[in-house]
Parts: sequence; C-alpha cells; structure tokens
Amino acid sequence: MATPAVPPLVVRNAEKRFGAVRALAGASFELRRGELLGLLGPNGAGKTTMIKGIAGRTRLDGGDVVLLGRSLGPTDPRPDIGVVPQELAVYKRLTARENLTAFGRLAGVPASAIRSRVDWALQWSDLEERANEPTERFSGGMKRRLNIACSLLHAPSVVLLDEPTVGVDPQSRARIYEMLAALQRTGVSIVLTTHHLEEAEQRCERIVIIDRGTIVASGTVAELVRASVGASKRVTVALAAPWPDGPAVPAGAELDESRRTISASVTDVGSELTTLLGRLAAAGVRIADVKLAGATLHDVFIALTGRELRE
Amino acid sequence: MIGTLLHIGWINLRRDRVAQAMTFALPIMFFSIFATIFGHQANATQKIHVPVVDEDRSEYSGRLIKALAAEGALDVQTMTSPDHSQRQGTPLTRADAEGLIKAGTDAVAVVLPKGLGEAHRFFGPTAASRPTVQILADVSDPIAPQIVLGLLQKVSFTAMPDTMAREGIEMFEQYGGPLTPAQRDSTQRWLTDLAQGRNDAPNTASASPAFGLPTEIVNVLHPNGGSAATISFYAAGTGVMFLLFSCASGGGALLDEEESGTLGRLLSGRAGMEGVLAGKWIYLMLLGMAQLTVMFVWGALVFQLPLASHLPGFVVMTVLTAAAAAGFGLVLATLCRSRQQLAGISTILILAMSAVGGSMFPRFLMSETMQKIGLITFNAWALDGYLKVFWREAPLTALWPQAAVLLGLTAVFLGAARLFARRWEAL
Repeated sequence: MATPAVPPLVVRNAEKRFGAVRALAGASFELRRGELLGLLGPNGAGKTTMIKGIAGRTRLDGGDVVLLGRSLGPTDPRPDIGVVPQELAVYKRLTARENLTAFGRLAGVPASAIRSRVDWALQWSDLEERANEPTERFSGGMKRRLNIACSLLHAPSVVLLDEPTVGVDPQSRARIYEMLAALQRTGVSIVLTTHHLEEAEQRCERIVIIDRGTIVASGTVAELVRASVGASKRVTVALAAPWPDGPAVPAGAELDESRRTISASVTDVGSELTTLLGRLAAAGVRIADVKLAGATLHDVFIALTGRELRE
Repeated sequence: MIGTLLHIGWINLRRDRVAQAMTFALPIMFFSIFATIFGHQANATQKIHVPVVDEDRSEYSGRLIKALAAEGALDVQTMTSPDHSQRQGTPLTRADAEGLIKAGTDAVAVVLPKGLGEAHRFFGPTAASRPTVQILADVSDPIAPQIVLGLLQKVSFTAMPDTMAREGIEMFEQYGGPLTPAQRDSTQRWLTDLAQGRNDAPNTASASPAFGLPTEIVNVLHPNGGSAATISFYAAGTGVMFLLFSCASGGGALLDEEESGTLGRLLSGRAGMEGVLAGKWIYLMLLGMAQLTVMFVWGALVFQLPLASHLPGFVVMTVLTAAAAAGFGLVLATLCRSRQQLAGISTILILAMSAVGGSMFPRFLMSETMQKIGLITFNAWALDGYLKVFWREAPLTALWPQAAVLLGLTAVFLGAARLFARRWEAL
C-alpha cells in the first residue's frame, strides 16, 4: 500500500499518437490514496488511451507513469493495478465462480488464497447466490459487477475503470458505486471514466477533464465551477400567464419563446433575486414558481469542451 | 420493397469479400481441382510404372517383357537402376519388387517365375503344376494391378503370333481330326461357349485358364487380406480434414476474446502474448489429439481398423498432426480480423487443402503432377504418415520425413501466429 506522502499514481506529460491523431498530448494528473477520481471528456478525448497507457496495454510515446513512487517502463508488470475494461470481459459459458477463479489465477493469486479471494469477490459484488450459474444468464448489471470483480482478485492498490456503468439501470449503477465506495474504505484508489456527469458529480471526490489529449481542468466540482463558469446561480421564474406586450423584460433577464419563463444569472442571490422579482411585480405579471440552481458539472463540461460534436 | 431488398443484398455482397469468395471463387476453385485430378485420369496418358522380375530368363519371358515395355500404358523396369534404365544396375529380384511395393514406390510389380517358358501353352488343358505369373500388388490402389493383369494377358497372345498359330493347329488336330458333321457341331459348340465367356473345358480353373497366362494377384502388404487400407485412409483423411476445421474454429476463440475484451484482460495478466498463444496452442493440440483418437477408436470398434497393433505409430502421427493443425488454427485466427472472415478463409483453405492433399480422394490415384502439388499441403504429409503406419506397416523410423515436415510446419505456423498477434499487443 502507498504511504500518504506518496501518491499511488502520477501521470506526467503522457503522449500518444495514432498516425496523424494525437490521442494524448502531454496529459498529466495525480491520483490520491483512497480517492475516487472521475476522468471525463468527450468521445475521442483520450480517456481510454490514458487508461490503457497507465495499464500498459498501450505503449506511450512519451511521458511518465509513476505507480506507488516507481516509474514504470512500457513493459514493466503492473501487479498493483486492476483494469476494468469497458467491454464485458468475462467468459459467458463459465460460471461467475469459474470466471473469478480463472482471472484470479491469471493475475497471480496464489493457489492457497484463490478460494478465499473468489468468495470475497462474490460477496463484494453481491453475486453469491448466482455464483454457480453461467454468466450468459446474468443481467447486464450482474455482468458489470462481475466484470469489475474479476479485476480485483489480486487486491490491487489502484483500480482503473473504463465506463463501468455503461448500459445498466440506475439501481445497478447505484450498487456499483456502493461497491466502489467499499473499496475506497480499504484504501484502494480508483480512476473511472464515465459519461454520466451527474454521477461523477455526486460520487467522485475530484474530477479531471480531458479534451483533445490534454487535461483542461482538474479539481473538486466546486473548484471547477469557480474556475470555469463562475459561482453565479441560475434563477428561473415561471409566469402564470404569458409576458404582456407592453412592459420591457428586465435587463439581464431572458424570456423564452413561450413567453412564460424568464431566466437570469445572479451572483449575489440575496439582493439580485429580490430586485428581479420586484421588477417582475412592477411589470404586472403573476409569478407561478421560482427555481434557483447553481452551475453543475455539466455546465463546466460544456464550458470547457464546447458543444460541437466530436465524432 | 423487393427492389429495395435486392439493392441492400447487392450492396452487402459487394462489400463482403468473404461472401464473394464463398459464392464464386470456392466453386470455381473446387471445379478446377477436381477437373485437374479426374481430367488426368480420363486422358489415360499417365503410365503405370511396373517393375518386372524375370526369374525364368527364357526366350518366352524375354518376349513377354519386350511386349509389355511396348505397351503405351506401362513404364516397365527390369533393372535396379533408379532411373529405370534397362541398361544399368542388376536385374530386379522378387525381394526388390516387394521392397518397392512396401515402400509405396510402386503399386504393382510382375514376377515371371522359373519354368514359365518351358511349361507354356496357349491352348488346352494345363498341368496343375504350371508356374503362375504373380502380380505383386498394393491393393490400396485397386486399379493399377487390374490394368497390368489385363495387359499381361493381352501381350501373352499378341507377343507371339507364330507360336499361337502353331499351337492352334495342334489343338485343331487333337480335338477335331478329320472333321465329321458331329465333330463340327461339337467344335462349334466349344467355340461358341468360349466366345460367350463360358469355360467348362476339363482341367481349367480360375487360376489356370484354358487361354493365356495363369496369373494370380499377391497382396504384398497384407497377405491375409483385410480392408485396413481403405479404413485407415478414410479415418485419416476425414480425421485430418475435420481436425483442421476444429482447430480453425477453436483458434477463433482468440477473436471472440478480442471482441469481448477478455483477451485484453488475459494480456494484462502475467502470461503475456507468448503465454496466451502457448496456452491456446496446447489446448488445440490436446483437442485435436482427442478428436483423432475418437475417430480411430471408432474405426477400430466398428470397422476393425487395427489400432491396437499400430499404437506407437498412431501416437506419433497423432501428436505431430495435432500439433501442426493447432498451429494452423492459430495462424488463421491471428491473421483474420473477425469470426466471419475466419470462417470464410478457413473453409476455402481447408477444403482446397483437403482436395489436393488427399483427404477427399486418394493421392495415389491422382496424376504424378497432382501428387507432387499435393505435397505442399498439410494433409498430404499427415495422410502419408498414417498410411505408412496402418497400411505399409512401416517402422517408426520410417516416419521421419513426415515428422520433419509436420514439425517444421508447426514451427512456421507458431512463428507466423506470434508475428500476426503483435497487433493485439501494446502499440
């Protein structure tokens, strides 16, 4: 296990080209002990290449991967890393127990420990009752949980998950995050990529946003909001009737096409919200509802990576 | 709607090279292969090489050999010279001829026994002790001995027309004398019977006909008969062909694993690519050995294939064949990009190899050119080895050419598979 002084994983200036495409262009980030770090980015931003580069499944053209204080060469074994691929990488005709046993042996778990590790994995992934069924009979969520468990049998210090919740229902996603939280409590450090921004906002301690092969932002959600879209909040006022033709819309506010909703950004909620509501009353409109929302990770993501399609 | 579906089907076919190959190239290829094989058979231009042993050394045996050599269908060898020259080496002995048959060099040989010329008569009753011309044969080739037998009978008449005329007059005097009406009728009935193939003349037997040479076919390899040649050929031929199919299919598991991500997981473990390929190769080899064993055990149980008495040779050939076939399966799997591509390519390759290599049609019945072409295939070497074991009763040491080729192929296949598998490694 890493000591608190030494980050379990540090990536410095990772570079990778695929022909003319620069998948990683000097990307750097650091993973702290026991942390759940969200690696976010649009499609093709370099997330999977980064995961593969750290795992040794892609040979980086440049940069450095430091695992538990030790710089790794491209062919060095990585027994302290567990990699969970985006695909459901389990044998469908094997049972859950057989899959876990096979991948445990391949990962180097001693024969004397394999049974206990498999039992732990089955319990951890909540698959004990279906342990002896071929996995082809499993639901998508069960397969996802098994897919993760298969990467943890050798008790890695760092776990890399490439979109671990893709294609599963909200209940299964919640269960997967509970499993990851249990891992964190044992000191395991986790990097995950996901397109579920709300989940990342709720579950991850820190976020790293990658775009076009470079890290464009990193930090807690609050830090990212402050640094990118600012601390202003969005006020949305629903009107009881369409905005009348006579009076002008208050300065700084926007009226939508239905003329029933007015929205505006406020920094000082106490004074600016009161002023806005006062002007609406003066204009003679009746207010049906008022909503106040801060900027989300989604806003940050769009602000940093733009709205254009990448693929 | 039908037009749209046709358009979609056409676009799919146009972009699917495997489907194009299966639809158009494979039938043409098979037609060409079988046309080449059987076209040569029909031409009758292929000569049968026949070692002839002259133990008699009489004028009669010499004229027989000369007449046989003049036959366009035969390539007669009487001396030990390997280039078949009639002026080099020493005269062939019976042992030499038997050796050529056992080694598989020739399918048929003729032995003209001592006393043949002295006891020879074209017509009439013959003594039971009359020497018999022997056709030494590898009966796994059912055609060549019969052709030689027929030509031998033919030349026994055509080679000596003067002798035949003299003996005919003697026969006439012996049976007819001054022909009376009754005698004329009797002679006419006898001639009619002969013309119709009925031969109930006294002192004739199947091995000693009233006309022509007394001959017998001697099964050199299996004097007691049996159908081991045919059974072992089909067991090996079918077994090797389906072994290649199962190894290609089994190797395709690599493609499934690549698609599902399990290959990446395997490569992330301790094994590395060499370990993964070694594991797959050993698995496919064991599977192939089991498949061939089941095939031959079934042959032994149901068709009396003598497996138990040929166990060492069977084990050697099965291990070598399965090892090479497993390597072949890995090459195909590492070369192809998808299961569909693998299925198409492996079907085309394996069927072509099986046709040319003798799995579908015995190579010894093909032309010499086709037999040589067949040697580029995996099947030919494996089948030759099995036939050596089960048919030629060859010792294990005689399997060295097949062993060397199959081991070489295994090494080449594994090397190629390792090379092609680089695409799955960290790049």
